[in-house]
Amino acid sequence: MELRAQIRGFLIENFLFGDTAPLADDQMSLLDNGIMDSVGVMELVAFLEGDLSLGIDDAELVPENLDSVDNLVAFVSRKREASVA
Amino acid sequence: MCGICGAIAVKGNLDVPEGAVERMIGALSHRGPDEYGAWRDERVLLGHARLSIIDLGSGQQPLGSADGRVWVTFNGEIFNYVELREDLRARGHVFRTASDTEVIVAAYREWGADCVERFNGQFAFVLLDRDTGRVMMARDRFGIRPLYYHRHGDVLLFASEVKALAGWPGCRIAIDPAALGEVFTMWVNVPPHTPFKDVLQLPPGHVAVLEPGDDAPSIRRYWHPTFLPAVEDHRHVAVDERDRLAHEVREALADAAEIRLRADVPVGAYLSGGLDSSATAALVRERTGDRLKTFSVGFTDAAYDESVWQRLMADHLGTDHESIRVGDAEIAGAFARVVWHAESPLLRTAPAPLFALSGLVREQDFKVVLTGEGADEVFGGYNILREAKVRAFWARDPESVSRPRLLTRLYPYLKQSPPEFLKRFYGAGLSGAGVDPFFSHRPRWTNTAGIMTFLAADVAEAAAAAATAAEERALAALPADFAGWGPVARAQYVEMTLFMAGYLLSSQGDRMLMGHTVEGRFPFLDHNVAELAGRIPASVKLASLEEKALLKRAVADLLPVEVTRRPKQPYRAPDSSSFFTGYGAELVAEAMSSEALLEAGLFSPDRVAALLRKWQAGKLTGVRDNMAFIGVLSTQLLARQFGPEQERRTHDAALPADAVVWRGNT
Repeated sequence: MELRAQIRGFLIENFLFGDTAPLADDQMSLLDNGIMDSVGVMELVAFLEGDLSLGIDDAELVPENLDSVDNLVAFVSRKREASVA
Repeated sequence: MCGICGAIAVKGNLDVPEGAVERMIGALSHRGPDEYGAWRDERVLLGHARLSIIDLGSGQQPLGSADGRVWVTFNGEIFNYVELREDLRARGHVFRTASDTEVIVAAYREWGADCVERFNGQFAFVLLDRDTGRVMMARDRFGIRPLYYHRHGDVLLFASEVKALAGWPGCRIAIDPAALGEVFTMWVNVPPHTPFKDVLQLPPGHVAVLEPGDDAPSIRRYWHPTFLPAVEDHRHVAVDERDRLAHEVREALADAAEIRLRADVPVGAYLSGGLDSSATAALVRERTGDRLKTFSVGFTDAAYDESVWQRLMADHLGTDHESIRVGDAEIAGAFARVVWHAESPLLRTAPAPLFALSGLVREQDFKVVLTGEGADEVFGGYNILREAKVRAFWARDPESVSRPRLLTRLYPYLKQSPPEFLKRFYGAGLSGAGVDPFFSHRPRWTNTAGIMTFLAADVAEAAAAAATAAEERALAALPADFAGWGPVARAQYVEMTLFMAGYLLSSQGDRMLMGHTVEGRFPFLDHNVAELAGRIPASVKLASLEEKALLKRAVADLLPVEVTRRPKQPYRAPDSSSFFTGYGAELVAEAMSSEALLEAGLFSPDRVAALLRKWQAGKLTGVRDNMAFIGVLSTQLLARQFGPEQERRTHDAALPADAVVWRGNT
């Protein structure tokens, strides 16, 4: 499955229970728009580490990496490239 | 403690349909199984279900004055009735009973509807003055006792619980889908609204008066919590003044506990293991020297259990202690009955163990218990109050890195949460400091409102509008000086008038106690104690970030040092995990099935199915998801109880006609 679709699918199923409307675009902040709360971040990390098999350092847990679909896609892509290289 | 009900003809004479009295009073029989009474004239019907506590022999209700011109039906206690009776005797009033009920009648005659301001108590009553035709309804300052009303044609029905309104033949009560928006944001319905269509509650600290010819009662507030202006609230308090204040608090609290022992039956006490109920029990012990009977509830899940502390306190005081332990089976098993008694959607299971606890009290043949409820609101124990203080401090320097870290002192579990995310979450609405009256509660409300996503599409819009209207109602009800209070005082006010009145004192208070015919009494909610606390600067109540610092100082010598030093453990119960197996799983499968959801028409079956998938996968760990799960489940149960089951439940509760004693007319 395409990465973007996979990430969107997780967010919609896990945080929005199938409601696609709140995730109107891929730039929007998940936190500011109430899609995910501060504890929900841990569920997101579990998804990245489990379903996407990424290793994540605490230092990487910042909004620039995790707080929108675009940020997540870019972050995961960078991590994957880094591990291949 | 008792249940009250009745009907008032707004136009013309009152026609009381056959069975109305037996059905209405019967629906309240859990509140008062000792005696059932009724009285009527051509315009007004008063009903009463009695739990005999004071003046066992002659305290029957409804009660009339000697000349039969003033009649009252009353639920609750006027604790200072002894002093009031003396005062009223000196003013020429004659008493025929030893009850507090008769004091209400005389006090009304002496002071009119303003009599409530003289009462120290927990009460809801409806009084008829036949000389003027005026009907007066009143509710205590904090809303400890409930009072609902509903217009049915030309009749105004009233009752202690909504289920009794449904006892009036032809009257159907229905959930108001839009009202879910209030509970699914603020946890409560903002008075006078309730979860039910066209059913209103008299707000706490209000009286309502219906004059003959009036179409609706006119409502007036007679009391609300007050605090110091911000400058005084934040001032430095010297050590000797602090110690004097601690002494004053101790005396006021001991007086409040002592006056709450007035009863012609034995009074027991709850021990939660925390500071508040320990303090109440210790003060009673100190004042009376009596060996107290104490009760507590523990959990099979150690994460929630405080048995060790309860035992420690019971041993310290030498009380005769009884306890029970609850687990998933008890929580899930009682949940439908809990909802039936609470008469509201719930976002937590926390009421269920308290329902079990009152069952224990009842088994031991006790009718009255003292509890520590209210201490956190009055003396500053809740995290939301400390959170408001931290966020207001942070708002003065929004770029600060260290200020938001203070939040992890309040919520140690947040240490697992990445700091940058923490900042974003609690930083939302930071610019509202000093501007947004609900600054303190904004993160909670915003987060809770996330569960609106489960509402059916055609309900969601009305629910969102209702939530907005509820906030506007709460805003309009703020006292004029609110704007001049500091962040902690504002948070206290909002917490007391909304969350405590609408949720803690009902769904976790009156309803869970009365569900097993037990009356709770709350020394911390004596208005003398609350008013004293309101005059004490927040800077000593919550010194630095220490919760209830002054209260601890006031009672420290009465308690084991472990109890005053231990960090506060918020009272919680396992939520969605309580329903994983056995009966709980069956209840969820049935009440949250697509068919049941479609039938009630309140929630989106697809969204709830996704919620159930996450729950079944064991991933429902967050607070918001658990609120959603319990919110949907409880609402579904409520919709069934007040939907297809309403008529049967009302019918089954009806008393035989000869069970009701009609009071004589004069």
